Amino acid sequence: MTIDIFLQQLVNGLTLGAFYGLIALGYTMVYGIIGMINFAHGDVYMIGAFVALIGFVVLSTVGIVSVPLAILVVLIMAMFFTACYGWAVERIAYRPLRGSPRLAPLISAIGMSIVLQNYVQIAQGARTKSIQPIVHGQYSFEVGPGAHVTVSLLQIVIIVLTVVLMAGFTWVIRSTSLGRAQRATEQDATMAALLGVNVNRTISITFVIGASLAAVAGMMATLYYGVIDFYIGFIAGIKAFTAAVLGGIGSLPGAMLGGLIIGLIESFWPVFFDLAYRDVAVFGVLILVLIFRPTGLLGRPEIEKV
Amino acid sequence: MAAAARQLPPTVAMLRDAALAAVVAALLAVPLLGVRLVDNAAGLTLDNRLPLVLYAAAAVFVGRLLLQLTAVRPIVLGIMSAAAAVLLLSLRIVDSLYNLGINPFIIWVPLSATTILAIAIFSAGIRRRVTHWFRKVLPINPLILLGWMLVVAALLLPWMPFAERSLIDKLTLILIYVMLGWGLNIVVGLAGLLDLGYVAFYAIGAYAYALFSMHFGLSFWICLPLAGLMAALFGIALGFPVLRLRGDYLAIVTLGFGEIIRVVLLNWQAVTNGPNGITGIERPTLFGLSFSRSADGPTFADFFGIEYSPVQRVYFLYYLILALALLTTAFAQRIRRLPTGRAWEALREDEIACRSLGMNPVTVKLSAFAIGASFAGLAGSFFATRQGFISPESFSFIESATILAIVVLGGMGSQIGIVLAAVLLVGLPEWFRDLSEYRMLVFGGAMVVIMLWRPQGLLSRREPTILLDPKPASAEATVP
Repeated sequence: MTIDIFLQQLVNGLTLGAFYGLIALGYTMVYGIIGMINFAHGDVYMIGAFVALIGFVVLSTVGIVSVPLAILVVLIMAMFFTACYGWAVERIAYRPLRGSPRLAPLISAIGMSIVLQNYVQIAQGARTKSIQPIVHGQYSFEVGPGAHVTVSLLQIVIIVLTVVLMAGFTWVIRSTSLGRAQRATEQDATMAALLGVNVNRTISITFVIGASLAAVAGMMATLYYGVIDFYIGFIAGIKAFTAAVLGGIGSLPGAMLGGLIIGLIESFWPVFFDLAYRDVAVFGVLILVLIFRPTGLLGRPEIEKV
Repeated sequence: MAAAARQLPPTVAMLRDAALAAVVAALLAVPLLGVRLVDNAAGLTLDNRLPLVLYAAAAVFVGRLLLQLTAVRPIVLGIMSAAAAVLLLSLRIVDSLYNLGINPFIIWVPLSATTILAIAIFSAGIRRRVTHWFRKVLPINPLILLGWMLVVAALLLPWMPFAERSLIDKLTLILIYVMLGWGLNIVVGLAGLLDLGYVAFYAIGAYAYALFSMHFGLSFWICLPLAGLMAALFGIALGFPVLRLRGDYLAIVTLGFGEIIRVVLLNWQAVTNGPNGITGIERPTLFGLSFSRSADGPTFADFFGIEYSPVQRVYFLYYLILALALLTTAFAQRIRRLPTGRAWEALREDEIACRSLGMNPVTVKLSAFAIGASFAGLAGSFFATRQGFISPESFSFIESATILAIVVLGGMGSQIGIVLAAVLLVGLPEWFRDLSEYRMLVFGGAMVVIMLWRPQGLLSRREPTILLDPKPASAEATVP
């Protein structure tokens, strides 16, 4: 592997890692706070992608041509509507099941995931939707004699946006009263409730934040791949979940780290092995991590109490 | 603020709540339901369908209001949805809905489902009285009796005058899912392990049969146990490392495993022929009697001196899957009474207590996982021999979800519930083609609703098979 291929795949891997990291945050936050796998989260991401695509088409119909403005408007729109979906999913399918046996919310979540997929399929049609590239421009760097690395403007936008969002998100969790309430609920929901934290509201906000981060990932997928369909949430969801587990589920920096590692694995895999087996590699990583280090890279060991 | 809300008269509070729900529904519907992306020459354009948003909001408003009302008198919900379902069918509203471009099934099916559910849930008292009366007349559990009646009906059915070939074909398909449901029920219902990749073992069974018979010329009857064994081996290989994990991790790992198997089948061209699949899989024989018109050996028709008819094979396949399915349920019923089966149920209820009593959870779970997998393998090789053609397309996650939905809807652990659920989920869409577009939507919705209203499933009361000091009557009655 020459240096230019290495750097090129590194850039691509970072971009992919940004997606997975953003989605994985939703998984890990929900798991941290109510201890369930939000199986429908991948489909919330898919909804984000659809809302963003529709948003771009609406803006182009209205006649807004400024690209940065369009991205900003669509970003806010996608985050808002997708957050509504995240909120509604929690309110309808998970909240009534709080305190029931572990498998009940998981099955309900799988049902919700199927509902969302088929809702979008019926409402928007089963065919894949494609969109012309919106963000143009790329930079080429010479890294050696005859070796070039290409970084597109879009990749820079994605990575910068992700870093900004993650920094803001970390600040919210670390330093605001909302973040404090969230960390308190995560540690002990009953105790937090006794101390005046509105637990239901905190959990709702967790879903809202998770969904809006997923919406950002969805918008970036619309821009980056230009092709989406109602099924993209399934695979992306599992991969992001793998990222969350790899980083240590419940740990926020872990989710970002895990997303990055999964992104890099995905982008470097075709350099050495058959591209067709890329998904197998990611699932293999998931199984290996769970066998040898179930708590993930940055997770705390979990003790089950009677 | 909260105090003010509490002082509102109940009707106003209800209306306010329903209005809020309608606003949320409208918000949800606007971006995805209100506009539709349309592909055309100029690229993507939007199709305005905003009236649908209003319909959705109105439906949610009414629904929420009804739900609030029925929270006071639950049976009201049942009666009202029944009335609405009947009205919808009788008052020619169906036609006008078709004209509006709405498939009436999307409204009718949930309504009927709600009716059935409401009656099932809220008539527990009536059911208890009926059961009591029944016990006096016949000293047998009515569900067991129903089960035996279903078995007899299934055996006699092909001889009925109305049994057409297409009906037998559909029943065969349903029976495959019944068998898969019963197999998965061992894993999910009895042992409490959520397996989201069950279809992987089904695929392994199917490909095992296809490859064995293609490369080694083995007959169906030799391959059948081999396929079961292969699936069990894969089950052990996967289960051994991951079964020490907690339940929900297991679900995701099995999901990943299912995808791995599918991707490998899709890409390992040399062995599986990739997406094109394997064709010309050998058909089964009855002790060497072939069901073709002419064969190397004796054919079924020649041997019995009857005229050849392609229907004979259809009937044979039907009885074959019926036998396999009954084998599965008989096995599950017997093993529940053996120490292994009791260990599964105990582990499902309380893992920590079991470990404290010296049980090894990994081996106990492993046995359930492997046995469940082997039944999927058997069903898989039946599938392969019935179709004569298999490809990775038949083994996607949706199949796993379907089988799981059958088990969950049927009430985990209930054998008859699984039959009902399989007829509902696999059979009805076969009969009502109109519904197929909404099938999965209703599916997922039903999974959520059932979990919310009755986390233990439609027909099941999750009781341990063995209790201390059982009542003599019920102990007798549970022996099939």
